Amino acid sequence: MKAKIHVTLKQGILDPQGKAIEHALDSLGFKNVANVRVGKYMEVDVDETDRSKAEIQTKAMCEKLLANTVVEEYRYELG
Amino acid sequence: MKIGVVVFPGSNCDHDCQHVVQDVLGQTVEMVWHKQTLPSGLDAVLLPGGFSYGDYLRTGAIARFSPVMAGVKEFANQGGLVMGICNGFQILLEAGLLPGVMLRNTSLNFICKDVYVKVENAATRFTNRCQSGQVLKIPIAHADGNYYTDPVTLGGIKANAQVIFRYCTTEGKVTSEANPNGSLDNIAGIMNAGGNVLGMMPHPERCAEVLLGNDAGRLIFLSMFESLDTSRVPVA
Repeated sequence: MKAKIHVTLKQGILDPQGKAIEHALDSLGFKNVANVRVGKYMEVDVDETDRSKAEIQTKAMCEKLLANTVVEEYRYELG
Repeated sequence: MKIGVVVFPGSNCDHDCQHVVQDVLGQTVEMVWHKQTLPSGLDAVLLPGGFSYGDYLRTGAIARFSPVMAGVKEFANQGGLVMGICNGFQILLEAGLLPGVMLRNTSLNFICKDVYVKVENAATRFTNRCQSGQVLKIPIAHADGNYYTDPVTLGGIKANAQVIFRYCTTEGKVTSEANPNGSLDNIAGIMNAGGNVLGMMPHPERCAEVLLGNDAGRLIFLSMFESLDTSRVPVA
């Protein structure tokens, strides 16, 4: 099963990279953009056919390593 | 006194730590590779600066799970003296031995320069050789030194005198101009509630001998040794 995981900064956490990209887009003429936030996308092949077991494992991987839950949140899809 | 310096793949300030503790201050150093079990009989543990695991995923995120860290956690939980410098501080945060996280510097730049920090609490095992309010010039070299924690935790560590160093002007004023990286409340270094674990972003091991033009960092190492055994502290 493939886990597709998105890790993003929680709302309210300052994202200077997002801001820098926003300004760059603006200077390229895209004047109507706002709230650019940068996150991470990861794919993990999990050798598990039971969907609920894979889900529990994916959540554990996110909580333990893939996201720092002090400032990041995560969501995932299993397929 | 025997000081352990942990070496992760990508650590690059381990030799500077060894040089200061051993050659400048005359104590015994044991370099500890991250896959080893932490040796017994250490008086203190240093987690040096660098780029452990290339800062992959998040700085310090992978190093915190290195085999040696089980021993470091145990040592800290037993009250052992632990200091994390720069990447070492980041690893202590990820390992949960200190509260909070490090974010990317607000400027997005890697900043490598001397800064001034104010000693907010001189009654600690890491600052007892300093005066309260003393200003120290110590270099920083980091891209992820923007300390953050939630308001409740921040209130707690401030009330409990766990904020040890804050970025300041040469006169000791804590201002936003003096903050190189956007760090919350100008925080440059904090201590755990137990007072035995310190994390600091500036590099005291880069300014511990007069020959290099600045020996402010020496005070922190001397404070640590003082807190371990007064009779064995080298003459300042």
